[in-house]
Amino acid sequence: MSSRYAIPLLAALTLVILVVLGKLLPAWCVFLLVTAFAKGLAALGLVLIIRSGLLSFGQGLFYCAGGYGAGLFMLWGGVHDAALLVLAGGLVALVLGAVIAPLLAGYRSIFFATLTLALSMLAHGALTKADFLGGSDGLNLRPPSFIGFQPANSTESVYALYVFACILVVVFSLACRVHFNSVRGLLSLAVRDNEIRVEYLGSSVRRVISENFTAAAFLGGIGGALNAIAVAHIDPELAFWTTSGEFVFVAILSGYLSVAAVFASSIALEFIRSFSSQYFPNAWQMSLGIFMLASILFLPNGIGGLLQRRKKRMKGNKPA
Amino acid sequence: MRSAFWRVLGLASCLAVANFLAPPAPAQEKDKVFKLGIVTFTSGPGAESFGTPGWNAAKRLIEAFNRGGELPAPYDKIGFGGRKVEVSVIDESGGTTKQVQELRNAFDRDNFDAIIGYISSSNCLAAAPVAEEMKKLLILFDCGTPRIFEDREYQYVFRNSSHATMDNVAIVRYLQKRKIKLATAAGINPDYAYGRDNWKDFIQSLQKVLGTKTGSELWPKFGAGQYGTEISALLQTNPSIIHTSLWGGDLQAFILQAAPRGLFKNRLVAIMAGDHVLHPLGKRMPEGVIIGARGVGGPFAKQSALNDWLVASTQKHEPGVLPSQAHYRMTQSVLGLKSAVEKAMAANGNKRPTTEQIAAALRGLEWDTPSGKIKMALGNGHQAIQANAIGVTKWDQKLNRMIVTDVEVFAAECVNPPAGIKSEDWIAQGFPGAKCD
Repeated sequence: MSSRYAIPLLAALTLVILVVLGKLLPAWCVFLLVTAFAKGLAALGLVLIIRSGLLSFGQGLFYCAGGYGAGLFMLWGGVHDAALLVLAGGLVALVLGAVIAPLLAGYRSIFFATLTLALSMLAHGALTKADFLGGSDGLNLRPPSFIGFQPANSTESVYALYVFACILVVVFSLACRVHFNSVRGLLSLAVRDNEIRVEYLGSSVRRVISENFTAAAFLGGIGGALNAIAVAHIDPELAFWTTSGEFVFVAILSGYLSVAAVFASSIALEFIRSFSSQYFPNAWQMSLGIFMLASILFLPNGIGGLLQRRKKRMKGNKPA
Repeated sequence: MRSAFWRVLGLASCLAVANFLAPPAPAQEKDKVFKLGIVTFTSGPGAESFGTPGWNAAKRLIEAFNRGGELPAPYDKIGFGGRKVEVSVIDESGGTTKQVQELRNAFDRDNFDAIIGYISSSNCLAAAPVAEEMKKLLILFDCGTPRIFEDREYQYVFRNSSHATMDNVAIVRYLQKRKIKLATAAGINPDYAYGRDNWKDFIQSLQKVLGTKTGSELWPKFGAGQYGTEISALLQTNPSIIHTSLWGGDLQAFILQAAPRGLFKNRLVAIMAGDHVLHPLGKRMPEGVIIGARGVGGPFAKQSALNDWLVASTQKHEPGVLPSQAHYRMTQSVLGLKSAVEKAMAANGNKRPTTEQIAAALRGLEWDTPSGKIKMALGNGHQAIQANAIGVTKWDQKLNRMIVTDVEVFAAECVNPPAGIKSEDWIAQGFPGAKCD
């Protein structure tokens, strides 16, 4: 089989498996997966930025922009279709990202990280004061429809949401995988290694960073919109630094080598949080902290690094 | 090392998988108990003042029900209508996304029959539609925003305590009744929806009733802890009354910093929810401060068999502590649920009632609590109204604690809007339909 079709085929297969799996799992578990996918999409965006050697501490800004974009499109625009809402959320974040990106592209390391953090906290502060948007209490959304299909009960609506989320995840994972293997995608890694060399080759580092940042904003917006539809509530907390911190954690846990690892990390985080808050309602934050420490100590390259190593080892074992 | 990590992770995930693949408890076993979940802050800034007291109150009440016969009638039956109650706590921190996940887990995975919870208004707003969609019983207990039942109708969601409008209207009624003359009013409120709503309700009511002019509005960040600048600003503008809805550690810090600088001298300070800091501050709480307790609870509670039980049970576990806002609001929420379950059971021929039957029984219900009679009068019988009391702090040498004097109690219908009108409009129109004595 030619490797050109291998990745799309694998994506299609994953989608089928995920959709079938959703039918077998209980509804609470399916819902947890939907929120994990929403956060995973935003973290996937962050991985795009990390590939060029930068860390954004403000991915929550776009998560929030996507959430409010989709939410207000529903409340003010009267649109209920999930696909349109998510697209609207993604586009709002994309526009915002495209405006900010050129400003940030000149900064590196801690300056880049703190500027992104500052921008997201600015949005958080402004939304908290915006009484017409419900202030810090936020706004309630209504249940969405799915291309004309209106779920009749809670189980149906969670499953419909899940299938929709799976499609988003597979489509954007596929797009990122293709991008990672492309010349443009590999250029990001080159920027990480040596910016001067990239400039000398005739490429613009600023442009690579701007593009990655804008694409990350779009993914953040898609994730935020998906989360808004699933939770049916939007509030300024989406832009708070703890939300951004969560994406950073997922991105670090997954590493930048694998797309699947991003979602695996996001799911792991959601499940650990859910079960630790069930079993240790007084110490669930501590269990999360221990998990974070353990993963940094034992998996410095993230889950993605682990998968990559296994792949390499398998290749190495083959007779030349 | 690395393989050890994976072994642990593997073990953890096996446990997790085993947890939800485990066969559900046999139906009979499940029928015997009523599973009640309490969602409240067990971590973060809300835990000390409201979260932990609320959870403690619920736990003690349920323990007493399960032993049976400890509370005065009509609450002397075992459990909820003879069924023992199993109660557990869920932490409210972590934001709305986490709370929605947890609520779905609670109903879907852990099979709770009902949830009582939420201190934060944003969590209340986010959780209500989820319970409604899942057709499960949710009782909100402490959050303030009136928006929940004014913006939407619910079948499965209730709030067994009043919303925050009456807390501010009552202060204004108090000033009016005591004929206190005021030139200007200033406010220092936390910079989020709760603080903004409270200030708006207070200042609009005050302008309506007394025509007082507005002085400065100060908005310290929630959790700021330092109020030096705000206190200077307040001293400089010198208003006749200062309104605040700061709470918990913020309120304590504000009082401790403002008192030595003389902010409480020659001027009125009105704290809309102040009873929960009386015990932690002790003698450091200034005298002559106007306070409310979001209901006739805490130091305002009237002597009754129910209140005596609550005070005794609190002091047995926390010597010296008088029950305050969270204890009262939680107690009235649990008592309301118990009354509804037992009423629904009686109507169902003493068989286990369905969620719909419990909801129908709770709709429009009235029941007695340590904080007086609670009436489900608003939001089609889903939102409670209750009487409110306002008083002035005074140190009692004999009791060796802060008490309240010059107390005025306002009937529920006097300080709460009637059904069918939004709180905001009710204040703006000058309280139409208010029934005060």
